[in-house]
Amino acid sequence: MSWVKQTFSSSIGRKFAMALSALFLLLFLLQHFAINLLSVFSADLFNEVSHFMGTNPLVQFALQPVLIFGVVFHFVMGFVLEIKNRNAREVKYAMNNGAANSTWFSRNMIWSGLVILGFIGLHFYDFWIPEINVKYIQGDMSGMINGEYRYYEELVHKFHDPIRVGLYVLSFVFLAMHLKHGFQSAFQSAGARHEKYTPGIKKLGGLYAIAIPAGFIFIALYHHLTAI
Amino acid sequence: MTTLNSRIPEGPIADKWTNYKNNINLVNPANKRSIDVIVVGTGLAGGSAAATLAELGYNVKAFCYQDSPRRAHSIAAQGGINAAKNYQGDGDSTYRLFYDTVKGGDYRSREANVHRLAEVSANIIDQCVAQGVPFARDYGGLLDNRSFGGVQVSRTFYAKGQTGQQLLLGCYSAMSRQIGKGKIKMYNRHEMMDVVKIDGKARGIIARNLVTGEIERHSAHAVVIASGGYGNVFFLSTNAMGSNVSAGWKVHKKGAHFANPCYTQIHPTCIPQHGDQQSKLTLMSESLRNDGRIWVPAKKEDSEAIRAGKLKPTDIAEADRDYYLERRYPSFGNLVPRDVASRAAKERCDAGFGVGTNETGEAVYLDFSAAIMRYGQEQANIHGHHDASQEKIQALGTDVIEKKYGNLFQMYEKITADDPYTTPMKIYPAVHYTMGGVWVDYNLMTTIEGCYCIGEANFSDHGANRLGASALMQGLADGYFVLPYTIGDYLSNDIRTGTIPTDGPEFDAAEKEVKDKIDFFISNKGSKSVDHFHKRLGKVMWNKVGMARNEKGLKEAIAEIKEIRDEFWKEVKVPGTNDSMNPELEKAGRVADFLELGELFARDALLREESCGGHFREEHSTEEGEAMRHDDDFAHVSAWEYKGEPADAVLHKEELKYENIELKTRSYK
Amino acid sequence: MSTTNGLNLTLKVWRQKNDKDKGQMETYQVSDISTDSSFLEMMDILNEQLINEGKDPVAFDHDCREGICGSCSMYINGEAHGPGREITTCQLHMREFKNGETIYIEPWRAKAFPVIKDLVVDRSSFDRIMASGGFVSVNTSGNTQDANAIPIPKADADKAFDAATCIGCGACVASCKNSSAMLFVSAKVSQFALLPQGKVEAAERVQNMVSQMDDEGFGNCSNTGACEVECPKGISLDNIARMNREYLSASVSADK
Repeated sequence: MSWVKQTFSSSIGRKFAMALSALFLLLFLLQHFAINLLSVFSADLFNEVSHFMGTNPLVQFALQPVLIFGVVFHFVMGFVLEIKNRNAREVKYAMNNGAANSTWFSRNMIWSGLVILGFIGLHFYDFWIPEINVKYIQGDMSGMINGEYRYYEELVHKFHDPIRVGLYVLSFVFLAMHLKHGFQSAFQSAGARHEKYTPGIKKLGGLYAIAIPAGFIFIALYHHLTAI
Repeated sequence: MTTLNSRIPEGPIADKWTNYKNNINLVNPANKRSIDVIVVGTGLAGGSAAATLAELGYNVKAFCYQDSPRRAHSIAAQGGINAAKNYQGDGDSTYRLFYDTVKGGDYRSREANVHRLAEVSANIIDQCVAQGVPFARDYGGLLDNRSFGGVQVSRTFYAKGQTGQQLLLGCYSAMSRQIGKGKIKMYNRHEMMDVVKIDGKARGIIARNLVTGEIERHSAHAVVIASGGYGNVFFLSTNAMGSNVSAGWKVHKKGAHFANPCYTQIHPTCIPQHGDQQSKLTLMSESLRNDGRIWVPAKKEDSEAIRAGKLKPTDIAEADRDYYLERRYPSFGNLVPRDVASRAAKERCDAGFGVGTNETGEAVYLDFSAAIMRYGQEQANIHGHHDASQEKIQALGTDVIEKKYGNLFQMYEKITADDPYTTPMKIYPAVHYTMGGVWVDYNLMTTIEGCYCIGEANFSDHGANRLGASALMQGLADGYFVLPYTIGDYLSNDIRTGTIPTDGPEFDAAEKEVKDKIDFFISNKGSKSVDHFHKRLGKVMWNKVGMARNEKGLKEAIAEIKEIRDEFWKEVKVPGTNDSMNPELEKAGRVADFLELGELFARDALLREESCGGHFREEHSTEEGEAMRHDDDFAHVSAWEYKGEPADAVLHKEELKYENIELKTRSYK
Repeated sequence: MSTTNGLNLTLKVWRQKNDKDKGQMETYQVSDISTDSSFLEMMDILNEQLINEGKDPVAFDHDCREGICGSCSMYINGEAHGPGREITTCQLHMREFKNGETIYIEPWRAKAFPVIKDLVVDRSSFDRIMASGGFVSVNTSGNTQDANAIPIPKADADKAFDAATCIGCGACVASCKNSSAMLFVSAKVSQFALLPQGKVEAAERVQNMVSQMDDEGFGNCSNTGACEVECPKGISLDNIARMNREYLSASVSADK
């Protein structure tokens, strides 16, 4: 399979791999957002879906590893490319006016990406690690506490802390920046560009980049404010 | 005075080239591998020759002073390339292209060469399309043509206003393929400093690596000079800054005759000089004359007021404008050939009617307002706006003009900060192309055996005036389709020669001469920069050997150029060192050669007591100021042999015989 | 034009003796520069001044001075070819600047474009990419088929032309935060991919050219679009997308 290796070790192959993982993560984010949004409307429904996602073997043992791989691949490849790109210019300009020809978001994907990476760490610490601990170390697959589903309660509890909420909100702002460039960039890297549909992709990307992070911010603030 | 042997094959003109090809000696593929050819210059002629020779199997070494072969100045040609394809079915043929070129050249070119050029012209288009050159096409997917000055058919193929670029990149692609295969060894940023002759044959060159300053020896079985024209002898021209005569001049000094140096094409539509700080002139395509009307004020006081900034061109009433080309040449009007249009502009400016802002008022108007209104009215009619206002018509017409010439108008506005849609463009003639150059025979060989010269660098197929879209044709014809045959005939004698060693006394001597000159420049602690001398030379050339020449001026020019040259060798100042990149040193060597060429140029112009094409002698004109040719005395090529000082150069004549075309006086009235 | 109201400027120029020298920015003053002068004419004046002061003039690449040869290559005030769109440095005029302004002038910066001297860089990496596949393998014979034998849709011919107008100046690389050469390479790949004459070798061509591009040490494209904005010929990002498609489809379909 040397042609696969050859393809993905080329500059275009790497871009394409970045784009594929990005498109996958975009879908995941949409799914995650949809479930979270349920928590605003119905605690019960949210609990049921959360329990299903947390215990279904297909989700847990097939999709979850793919997701983890996707996330890890995306940021590792992001770092690799960033290092390569930095090495491609050894002496920097004394005066560089990047704003003249490109957006801040597009030039700073590594920084918005790093903030998101930090956020994922926090998020894992908040939700994923306790979850793994309960389910696979303590072996409690019931999803219950005191005879009721625990997911909604845990969610609301986490959003008590205003500092955490602030960090989440800030991270979502960076996520928006990352998505603003990343969404349409993924299509470009995959070669999907045409005067007929590229303007549509760009519009959709703009909408997605604002709507999804804004939605997450809304959910976080909603739980924070309603619990007070 | 000896007679030059132009080696034109016998037989009827239409069969000469075919018969020639059938009877020359060939080199078999295995033997080609042991033959080296040096090509100096990578424009259309040099690039196409290098690529084709390498494809044939020769080992090619190509040299260019630029950082890549893709940057040669052929790239700047705008309009198009002629070919007798007759795709438009408008009566074009090989003969017509041949006829138009000889006539356009004012009957001063060699019939056999021009006919061959016309014959291979169609192959060029086929070859370029096969290479992926994106010529303009019509909606049916077939190639489009446009018409150019001086002809009655549409035979010009084009790629927007960048035909030269596209053709050169085609050549460069073909070269790149051979560079990748190792058949062309490319020497970028190298300048040829001299040719090396062994036993009377050109066997190599001395080159300077422009990055390290190293002087290198390169040997070959033949040397091809394709280094372009020498318009920069005028300092200001539309040539590239680096364009120079040096390669041609070095072979001239080693025995190649230099032909018709005085034939220079002054292009009528260039952006006028803005001041003394100017470094070069920019051409505006000839195509603008299709819709623009050229005028100056009819009253001197209006011209003076405009020059003083007191009046604007739009203030001059229609009745007070002098559309002098339409007045003098009613049948061709604004579309007279380049030489005629240029001289007419100079005549008006010299008479005090110019509108330029420099001290001599050198500029005339190229006005699109009539065309805008005409097209606007047409559009209004098409769209049924029969009572459209003047503003509406103007807006509609502006759209049409923008579609046709938008990029040129934009270029003009960027350079001058004037909006040509609302105020007339200012234009003035500028040096553009040199028809003269190194003398070559039918085989494109110079008077040095084994030394060839192709493209604009040779004295070429254009006689005393070149028609638009013919330079690209000639460059590619020479490189793709002529030289590869003729050089093979010569090289067939060299299959047993083996590699030419570079350690012989001839290389030693040539290298020493080159090094001595460089050392002189570096150690001469003069007081004036190279550009100082170049600008002075240019002024003399432009004022006295420019668009209109006379005996008195030419004699003065000869004396003045010699003075400048003498002062140059005493006072030139070249900073820096010889062992690193040193652009001033490069310029010094080139200007030294221009200072010699300039004098020979003026001598040639002085001796040619007639007016023909780009060469206009005031003494030889009609009362109305039209050119007068003297075919009885001057139907010849003037080929100069180097003898030291330009004043000592010896003239040789090649008589031009017109067996297929009758000599006539050109008339555009 | 009168020169009494010319510009007085402070220039900060990168000076570097040769490829081994470390190099540094130097400050110069020029005065009474005509606003009608081009930027390179201003540089000529600076050089004349330096020569008269007995100093080494600033080396810079330039040739045609009409925006087509692609030689000139200055990074002016933080932008390739300076402020202004769809122009090269030689087409930039001094009326774009204000009296008293400080102007930064630097060479293209990229590992694949090492500095030779001052503002002159070595762009031979572009030539090597071209030699790896930027051509149609057709010999000169004079016997190729007639130029009109294969009609080419006007839209394709026009797009191929637009891609082919690249002048190889390297502004795309200089402007890209990653020093990527994607716009340059994709322009050539696109030109040939759009024409029937080029399609024959399209897969092999894109693979070879991309591979050479990667070997030269250019960075990766991250679609910031800076190259398209700074390109003096307005070469579109469409070409990069087309190259991505060509490359990916060649990867799965070509023999190697």
